[in-house]
Amino acid sequence: MSRPDRRATSPGAAEAPRRPLGARGYGICLAGIVWREVLRFVQQKERFLSALVRPLVWLFIFAAGFRSALGVSIIPPYDTYVLYEVYVTPGLAVMIQLFNGMQSSLSMVYDREVGSMRVLLTSPFPRWWLLFSKLIAGVAVSLAQVYAFLAVAFLWGVEIPPAGYVLALPAFIITGFMLGAIGLVISSLVRQLENFASVMNFVIFPMFFASSALYPLWRVRDASEALYLVCLANPFTHAVEFARFALYGQFEPLSCAIVVGTTLVFFTLAVIAYDPGRGVMGLRGGPRGDAP
Amino acid sequence: MIAFRPPTSLRVLSAALMGAVVLVAAEGASAGMAYVSNESGNSITAIDTATLTVTQTAKVGRRPRGIIMSPDGKVIYLCASDDHSVQVIDPATLKVLRKLKSGQDPELFALHPSGNPLYIANENDNQVTVLDVEKNKVVAQVPVGTEPEGMAVSPDGKILVATSETTNMAHFIDTETYKIVANVLVGARPRFAEFTRDGKKLFVSAEVGGTVSVIDPETRKIIKKIEFKIPGVSKETIQPVGVRVTRDGKTAFVALGPANRVAVVNAETYAVEDYLLVGQRVWQLAFTPDEKQLFTTNGNSNDVSVIDVPARKVVKSIKAGGAPWGVVVAPQ
Repeated sequence: MSRPDRRATSPGAAEAPRRPLGARGYGICLAGIVWREVLRFVQQKERFLSALVRPLVWLFIFAAGFRSALGVSIIPPYDTYVLYEVYVTPGLAVMIQLFNGMQSSLSMVYDREVGSMRVLLTSPFPRWWLLFSKLIAGVAVSLAQVYAFLAVAFLWGVEIPPAGYVLALPAFIITGFMLGAIGLVISSLVRQLENFASVMNFVIFPMFFASSALYPLWRVRDASEALYLVCLANPFTHAVEFARFALYGQFEPLSCAIVVGTTLVFFTLAVIAYDPGRGVMGLRGGPRGDAP
Repeated sequence: MIAFRPPTSLRVLSAALMGAVVLVAAEGASAGMAYVSNESGNSITAIDTATLTVTQTAKVGRRPRGIIMSPDGKVIYLCASDDHSVQVIDPATLKVLRKLKSGQDPELFALHPSGNPLYIANENDNQVTVLDVEKNKVVAQVPVGTEPEGMAVSPDGKILVATSETTNMAHFIDTETYKIVANVLVGARPRFAEFTRDGKKLFVSAEVGGTVSVIDPETRKIIKKIEFKIPGVSKETIQPVGVRVTRDGKTAFVALGPANRVAVVNAETYAVEDYLLVGQRVWQLAFTPDEKQLFTTNGNSNDVSVIDVPARKVVKSIKAGGAPWGVVVAPQ
């Protein structure tokens, strides 16, 4: 089989003038990718359940054990003492997005193995738009999971100011983008589906545990200054804090800046990585199901 | 020199602005105030109940604990335990105006509904001192059980209740004869007593017993012993101290000491309906006059938590002085 053109332009592009894609075309492309992801999510009921069960296990079991131990200090954005389950809720919501971002990256690897990515990447739309659409699809799915979790948490007694549910939406969109972009870069590095377990070990767990999701940073600092600095450098910490402040109707500019900056850096890296001429995918022989 | 006369429109505008400023200032002045005694800080802290911010902190006598206000809100009475006196404080300036005789080691006290006399628990002398606050004259001293602390006067002013911590009793004292007319055995280490507004029930907290006894003042029998159970919190740390009952007699709030919670109790069925997380070692409580807010003193975390009473939510915790002990809110 002959190797296709790495530039992935449509056949015959040299002969006929390229038809302008237009905003409508971009929209159709976006809608198609988002719809595919949503369908995939809806059809995988176990995925939805596991996405919900994972944080709920933390909330119902882990947080219950620590209930009395953590109502010890007032830290912004809280005005008073909060139960541990109230403290961990924003972190668990962003954890859902972390898993979702990695799940999306897993599906990218799967798509590459079964060959459907070739269909996607040979479309006439620019590579960045395809990846961006993929990100939006991932964020849409993660938002459904996050709000389902917040609804269950509310029934469990974790009440967030009503306005917070609305005000946190932009924050969850941005944090979803950041974690999705990180997932995209990882998917470009993972060669086979089987290697995904190492992503769990080396990305998800360190990001989650070395953050402010489960314990306030002043507590971490009490234990170890070095660990505190690691947590501070972890973009996941800032995603959690950005969402936490937003849920309580406050804006945290530093966390927002770090989350947006990280998103841009990782998205750029993903675009480069998925460019067959320059990126990692190119070095591997292109996004093909029959790659050597 | 030529005097500058601004145009009429500008004068109208400036007058309106001045009016607005005066209005805002007047509102600020009439806003409610809470006063907190800081046991180890030897100070009292004034908190604006509208803005929930500390407006003033002032040094007072040593080991300030019990704190109440005269019914007209003109003076604060404060037990300066280690100075063995009751201090009379101006709520506007927080200056000590005068000192009253209190007997040894005053801890808590209660004022007659008329504003005079003052009934003071003398913890070390095992007695209650009755003090005429106008004349600064001890009217009577009533021997009671060991370590008296909780003090409450019935709304009609006829019965004084003193709880003694070691004898585990609530002593009913006739305020005319100063004689004990009844003793009711309650839970271990009774700390605080509170009558309902209609005088038909008396709530007595027992710190070590971990209960609140509800007594019928007519029959002097215990109607109910309320117990508390908080998931994830050991029973030993549940130590009821301060109790406040809403004016309608429907809800009681109980400070649970090192459990760091305030229990919300249905005062008619005696079911515990909720536990609200506040600061550490919550001790005493005080309602605002409209009963929309409840202030709690948290001795170990050095702060005061504010509970939104209708919503039953803790809305804020405010830093106070060292070891906040008692709290009173000015009547409006």
